[in-house]
Amino acid sequence: MADADRKGADLAATTARVVAGVLIFFLAAELVTRLEIVPPIYLPRASTVLYRMFELLQDPSFLRQVLATLQAWAVGLSLAIVVSAPLGVLIGTSEPTYKMVSPIIEFMRPIPSVALIPLGILLWGQGFSMKVILVAYATTWPILFNTVYGVHDVDPIAIQTARCFGLRPAAVLRSISLPSAAPFVFTGIRISASIGLIVVVGAELLASADSGIGSYILFVSSNGGQMDSVLAGAAIAGLVGVAINTILALIDHRLFGWRYLGSAPA
Amino acid sequence: MNPAPTTRTRQATGYALATAKSFATRFGLGIALVVLWQFAAMRAGSIFFPPPSEILHRAAELWLSGPPRRLFLGDGVFQDLLPSIARLLGGWLLAVLVGVPLGVLIGRSRMASDLLDPSLQFLRAVPGPALIPVFIILLGTESTMRVSLIAFGSVWPILLNTIDGTRAVDPLQLETARAFRLPRHARLWRIVLPAAMPKIFAGMRVSLALAVILMVVSELVASTNGIGYRIQNAQIMFLLTDMWCGIVLLALLGCALNWLFIQVEHRALAWHRGARGRGAVS
Repeated sequence: MADADRKGADLAATTARVVAGVLIFFLAAELVTRLEIVPPIYLPRASTVLYRMFELLQDPSFLRQVLATLQAWAVGLSLAIVVSAPLGVLIGTSEPTYKMVSPIIEFMRPIPSVALIPLGILLWGQGFSMKVILVAYATTWPILFNTVYGVHDVDPIAIQTARCFGLRPAAVLRSISLPSAAPFVFTGIRISASIGLIVVVGAELLASADSGIGSYILFVSSNGGQMDSVLAGAAIAGLVGVAINTILALIDHRLFGWRYLGSAPA
Repeated sequence: MNPAPTTRTRQATGYALATAKSFATRFGLGIALVVLWQFAAMRAGSIFFPPPSEILHRAAELWLSGPPRRLFLGDGVFQDLLPSIARLLGGWLLAVLVGVPLGVLIGRSRMASDLLDPSLQFLRAVPGPALIPVFIILLGTESTMRVSLIAFGSVWPILLNTIDGTRAVDPLQLETARAFRLPRHARLWRIVLPAAMPKIFAGMRVSLALAVILMVVSELVASTNGIGYRIQNAQIMFLLTDMWCGIVLLALLGCALNWLFIQVEHRALAWHRGARGRGAVS
């Protein structure tokens, strides 16, 4: 990860490395697929997939599928944030609640959300709401867990000092607990964002949903197995994931960059 | 007034009380929620949400109805649970065996890790389920395909964490080792790997959770056994209690694996906590 104060020449060097790395990756993939260890109809050449990606990105009907995926992802993730961040603060600030609720969180957290896809299909069909609910369920746990942990592990000396200075509980929460827990909450949101994308695409594919990148991949794979389109769709889903991750990392750095500079806020 | 209790009985009652109290705080809310679910489900009578008692009854039928010589384990355990666990562990171990050595190799060279980082970030971001059609075409619909999918999907956290951990080894320690003319393999086994171990374990834990997800995903497609298959089959045949049984079983499996892993990690990294003088491994 690049340092905050490295600029200019370093940025150019980083860009050069990224470009070189991507080129090497692409050339290696092209070489492997050109060796034709498996027939190209099963594993098309990297250049064919890249070409298909450019075609797809200009195809309005495919872009609508990407939009449908992103929509379900965004609504589900927002629901999870709105519910679990405040809930996490509530659980984390009170010691008895923390002790009682954390075993439940520990039990619910490892339930694989994809196990709920069949139930989701029965309850909400194969449309938008099924995807949103599954994403909301899957993304709730990292946010809840990180918020509870962040609020619970605030430096007790800071809280006691604030109390000594006569701050009321609400003020302690606002000026100490929340600022020091905020980076943890954001980490939870970052983890959830990538999990959420995997869950949306998985749900679309496995539940044969009516729209989205996942249902596009299912459609092209079951229609004569157009592997170039399957791989291009999967690669675009991957690029969307990288883009989301990069944006969130930038926001993280902008908002909570002080956390990486050492203990003292700059 | 009663005669004063002896110290021993007082200690015993105190201990029992403390145990009861810690049990109540740990499991109280969970038990209350299950009871609430029971009553709500009985009142509502919805076929989608059977009461826990019914799920428990059905689960016992499915998994605990075997003959004594098979430890009372039912057919479901042998047909679904064990194959699922075998694939899950097989795929995850494969990911560990590939991810850790490769990660150390890449992480030892700054150039290699810088060059490969964008590609690895991209590969990690590709949703595993999206590649199912590719895996089916290349590897068929047998266990090989499922194990490979699990391994492919869960290798990235291990690989990236190992690279990170290897890169973050204290250069002073490495230079000291070089000054003392420690051979290459000794530097690897006695300095690099121990220093990277906490990060590697963190990656392994994340990917264990991913492996459970991918195990289910791989069994939802073109499968003939496994917990995922059982859940999907129950959905198609509209056997909602069977479906809930599968979901509960997966929850228990996820918890059990997580707990087991924490025990192993605790043992394996005991020296680390001591060395750092801290209570927790991040």
